[in-house]
Amino acid sequence: MERKNLVEMVNIHKWFSGVCALRGVDFSVGYGEVVGLVGDNGAGKSTLIKILSGVYPPDEGKIYFEGKECHFSSPREARMLGIETIYQEAAMVPKMSVMRNIFMGRELARFRVGPLAYLDIPRMEEESMKALERVDLRLRSPHAPVDELSGGQRQGVAIARAMYFKSKLVILDEPTNNLSVKESERVLEFIRELKKQGISSIFISHNLYHVYPVADRIVVLSHGEKIGDFRKEETSVEEITKLMVLP
Amino acid sequence: MRHTLLFTLRRALLLREISSLIMLLVVILVFFALSPLFLSRENVGVVLEIIPELGIVALGVTMLMIAGEFDLSVGSLFAFCPIMISLFVSEGIHPILSIVLALLLSLLLGGLNGFVTLYFGIPSFITTLGTMLIWRGAVLLISGGWPPPFSSALPTAFLVGRMGIFRASILWFAGITVLLWFVLERTDFGNWMFATGGNQVAARAMGIDTGKVKLANFMLCSLLAGFAGVIQSFRLETTLPSMGGGLEMEAIAATVIGGTALSGGVGTVIGTVIGSFLIRIIDNGLVMARAPSYWFRVFIGIATILAVILNTFVRERARKMRC
Ligand SMILES: Nc1ncnc2c1ncn2[C@@H]1O[C@H](COP(=O)(O)OP(=O)(O)O)[C@@H](O)[C@H]1O
Ligand SMILES: [Mg+2]
Repeated sequence: MERKNLVEMVNIHKWFSGVCALRGVDFSVGYGEVVGLVGDNGAGKSTLIKILSGVYPPDEGKIYFEGKECHFSSPREARMLGIETIYQEAAMVPKMSVMRNIFMGRELARFRVGPLAYLDIPRMEEESMKALERVDLRLRSPHAPVDELSGGQRQGVAIARAMYFKSKLVILDEPTNNLSVKESERVLEFIRELKKQGISSIFISHNLYHVYPVADRIVVLSHGEKIGDFRKEETSVEEITKLMVLP
Repeated sequence: MRHTLLFTLRRALLLREISSLIMLLVVILVFFALSPLFLSRENVGVVLEIIPELGIVALGVTMLMIAGEFDLSVGSLFAFCPIMISLFVSEGIHPILSIVLALLLSLLLGGLNGFVTLYFGIPSFITTLGTMLIWRGAVLLISGGWPPPFSSALPTAFLVGRMGIFRASILWFAGITVLLWFVLERTDFGNWMFATGGNQVAARAMGIDTGKVKLANFMLCSLLAGFAGVIQSFRLETTLPSMGGGLEMEAIAATVIGGTALSGGVGTVIGTVIGSFLIRIIDNGLVMARAPSYWFRVFIGIATILAVILNTFVRERARKMRC
């Protein structure tokens, strides 16, 4: 079987102690595509992308990434293949600087002494400012603590980080939750920037109106099942809304 | 011009160590006013001789606290490690080997604190409260209430040998401070420590082995506590089973006075050094001022609360300064 997509998830099932969170979901993401994943709270959106990012194994079903079948046993493995997931609350360490957050776990080193690596701070400063400029985020200094940034700016830092480390797929789980209209608009800009660089993304929201403007394709989940999968030109907000409300 | 001045002021006020530094200067001035002898050569020597013992313990506690965990057992290990040296020596083991073995044992017991905490997922406050009681009990059991004889064969000079008004211990303290500062601020491991203590979920998500980071710090903390106990034992040339009683509280006080957050993820090595100086200087200054010794606890209590309030207040203000 030929696989032309970056991600193919086939017939995914997941149970949580008797509760069926996903039943037979097929899900794909094309190269450079922005996929909007929508559905009510509890529909199974987070569970689906946690399977894709290595948090849980699926109980049934197969995952293909760049045409190769994958069995992730940890988020680390998925990340090494280029799948970067941004959870709102878990993306950043608020008290740490922007620079230290960007390079957290993947620090640039000048040299190593035994188990320790001596940080190349000038290069990390320079590179983090460059990475931020690429998403058009202008900060005074790479040493500003993340908790002094707005929610939208934090998403920007996380996306800049994903770009810097050459991710192939960026997953954003409810990135616009608790953000003002203006801030949400910035997040959409960041996602457009990803697309410009040819990076695929999955944008999850329970709010169709947040996803619709940027998505190339929209996938609708309901009670653990996929009930819709549309290219944007073939559908309308009304059609999807009807679908989401009906069952 | 005014702009850069404001900017510098804001930077200074945002330093974690700033309130402890101000308090330290005030305390020194007050004690100097009360008794000019306070800054005499002899007295400065006395202070510098007792500071490393608290300071080294507090540095370990600081590192662990930044990584998000507690250690209450440091005071007990402080007594346990030198007692083990005396025990090993009295069993006929070579003195240097005895020191090495006792320090390794401290490292191992730190590993035990970490293992129990992380494997069973219980708060380190509980684990180390338990081991604090256990190792203190063991010390009392081993000594049978009597301090074991201090062997004259032990090489004490490398730790506490005199150099003018100083002792070698101050150099060890300085060396450990520089080393830990370097690890914390300039290495990848330091970044993992801040990340682990600051947001463990995010640190894990970015592939940091937070368990390993914590375990290493539990071990470091215990090693330093044992090492500091050896310094005190060598200085006093005795191994009292009561050594280090209440030291865990002083070490935690020094740590939080220096700006380290109890909740983890935030803190500095230099702040803890200042905090340790503050505590020992209050201790010594009260003696010089002939105040009854129980005032010591009162003042440390006040200093701790005041430092944290000042810290919060000053930072809040500094953040609002726009420049
Ligand atoms: N770790 C878990 N343990 C048990 N049940 C879970 C777990 N994660 C999700 N679920 C359940 O699976 C279903 C789908 O949840 P989720 O994927 O979080 O939905 P969404 O992200 O679309 O709001 C819900 O019924 C939820 O209660
Ligand atoms: Mg969700």
